[in-house]
Amino acid sequence: MSTFDNPFDPDRRLRAGGCSCGQHVSEAEHEHAALALRCEPQPSEDKRYEGVVASAVMRAMFPKDAARRAFLKSVGASTALAAISQFFPLQTATEVFAQGGVPEKKDLKVGFIPITCATPIIMAAPLGFYSKHGLNVEVVKTAGWAVIRDKTINKEYDAAHMLAPMPIAISLGLGANAIPFTVPAIENINGQGITLAMKHKDKRNPKDWKGMKFAIPFDYSMHNYLLRYYLAEHGLDSDTDVQLRSVPPPEMVANLRADNIDGFLAPDNICQRAIYDGVGFMHILSKEIWDGHPCCSFAASREFITNSPNSFAALTRAIVDATAYASKAENRKQIAEAIAPANYINAPVTVLEQVLTGTYADGLGGVKTDARRVDFDPFPWQSFAVWMLTQMKRWGQIKGDVDYKAVAEQVYLATDTAKVMKEMGLTPPTTSYKSFAVMGKTFDPAKPDDYLASFKIRKAS
Amino acid sequence: MTFSLRFRAAVVSIALFAAFLGIWHLATRSTAATTTMTPEYAKLMGLTATQGKSAMPGPLDVGAKLWEHLKQPFYDKGPNDKGLGIQLGYSIGRVGLGYLLAVIVAIPLGFLIGMSPLISKAIDPFIQILKPISPLAWMPLALYTIKDSSISAIFVIFICSVWPMLLNTAFGVAAVRKEWINVARTLEVGTIRRAFTVILPAAAPTILTGMRISIGIAWLVIVAAEMLVGGTGIGYFVWNEWNNLSITNVIIAILLIGIVGMLLDQILARFTRMVTFPE
Repeated sequence: MSTFDNPFDPDRRLRAGGCSCGQHVSEAEHEHAALALRCEPQPSEDKRYEGVVASAVMRAMFPKDAARRAFLKSVGASTALAAISQFFPLQTATEVFAQGGVPEKKDLKVGFIPITCATPIIMAAPLGFYSKHGLNVEVVKTAGWAVIRDKTINKEYDAAHMLAPMPIAISLGLGANAIPFTVPAIENINGQGITLAMKHKDKRNPKDWKGMKFAIPFDYSMHNYLLRYYLAEHGLDSDTDVQLRSVPPPEMVANLRADNIDGFLAPDNICQRAIYDGVGFMHILSKEIWDGHPCCSFAASREFITNSPNSFAALTRAIVDATAYASKAENRKQIAEAIAPANYINAPVTVLEQVLTGTYADGLGGVKTDARRVDFDPFPWQSFAVWMLTQMKRWGQIKGDVDYKAVAEQVYLATDTAKVMKEMGLTPPTTSYKSFAVMGKTFDPAKPDDYLASFKIRKAS
Repeated sequence: MTFSLRFRAAVVSIALFAAFLGIWHLATRSTAATTTMTPEYAKLMGLTATQGKSAMPGPLDVGAKLWEHLKQPFYDKGPNDKGLGIQLGYSIGRVGLGYLLAVIVAIPLGFLIGMSPLISKAIDPFIQILKPISPLAWMPLALYTIKDSSISAIFVIFICSVWPMLLNTAFGVAAVRKEWINVARTLEVGTIRRAFTVILPAAAPTILTGMRISIGIAWLVIVAAEMLVGGTGIGYFVWNEWNNLSITNVIIAILLIGIVGMLLDQILARFTRMVTFPE
């Protein structure tokens, strides 16, 4: 049965039929809808939760559809609602339901890196998404990816903003002790870009980039894999033909100005900042490499989930809620203003607005518009994790065999997040694997080894 | 007519400062816009790109910003944005704590080393190896073992300020004039009493010189340590403003770091003068 149906509509079935979620007439239609992942919220959260609770009540009272239909037909939906409300406190039940269990720990610390990828994590504080879910969260700005990793491992942070491949790397023990980490939600999709120094404005063909120096934020980052992928597709081996350097995002613009690097594939507000300061121009958006790629994730250790399951659930709800809010274009301006102050990202509002609204200066004198320059979508597709694992193997970060599915399912909590989304009245996709195309080449998550073998340029293992 | 040396030095100082400001101002003047832009494009761009404003702020920008900070040094707008006064307070607090711990460890240990040639020889190789290690090199190890970034920062301060004090104390104690100790011996003064009434006053100027060197190093290191661990402190402030490419605020922070460092040094210098004795 679906969480969106009106339970007081006599013509609706409350039990599943048609497709697996009950919302669609047929399985085919359901899958079609699931592919286009949606996290747009219902008219209002309260209404959504009310619907969920009311459905449950109706189902309990009338286990048989026929009886319920007869009842609704004879008295009418509004009378039925009024009647049920009288002896069953729908309002209170809805509130209790929306809050879930009592959090074991209310005062939480969540670390973030000041880039627009962290938008849902950051904005949830000033816009009150954490407090709505009964939490008192302090969002703490952190100096770099290695520091945020160490502080989360040391339990100074209860959860943190990490690059999407980092929890996988930590769980596998790459560049750190192996500690089981999880990703309950992806922060943003798209929203990165390749920015080049102004002096290269006539060198737009990557084939001419031999010998150039590029900066990436971290070794275990989508930026690293996407840039290497992009270069390899143009015949450049990122290990021998160019230099890649790990540079903390804030220092990228200064390095570009000082001519230490020729360009970078960096998280946004950094790309736009380079343009804003007249240092570089936007070569391509990362969306043009892979539309809908994940970038950053919301990560927590498995220990935290085991010790404080209710806090974790509330935190996940708050993040999913904030992500849903951020996915709406009309909210983006308000968000840009909320996260610009020194307490959060600390950047000019104009820059953040250009990133979030997708109407931006390209650095070459033109104004471009792309509403999906950055988008927000919380569902942690396990196929994303499988893709990252193939790239980790491709570039020699993982040696030997790896059980793609096992790792992906351990780290990317698609099932749990789907449950949370369902409880909140959102429609999660019913599958946690999907196929997608990177630069026109289709990735089939069921055959990672074939995919890996199909690349000509890769590190010999 | 002749003026005192002090007066003449002050005049030269002021002239140098004025010249510095003048050159700074001239070097960072805006140039005219170099390219023509459509208005809607220009609206999306920063001043550096549109008006050819130098990326380096001029003295007037810095002065205005400094005044803004001085007007409200203790504001608190959440965990990541606090006034300069609060940030400096955090840094001084960390330095104070780490430094105090170093004093507690280094001075008794230095005494022991200075008074006993055996221990001095035995411990010497360790000190020689540990002394030249950059304090920041300890940072990852500290973060890993202590598992708390603010305690790690204090540990780094401790480890960097302990060596100069230790060595100076040991040297000062060992260099106390033999005659004085012998006089104490002939008067049958006990070891403890000898340490406090003869050696301590005699070695005090050297010990305090070590402490003065230490406080300088500790203040140098705290800024770097806070840039690494973040959270609070003047080092974090520099990093946060660097994130925003706000060179103006970075310059202000540099100025304040210099002033506080000078004050700390002057306090120790005053103590040193108090214990110095003519021979």
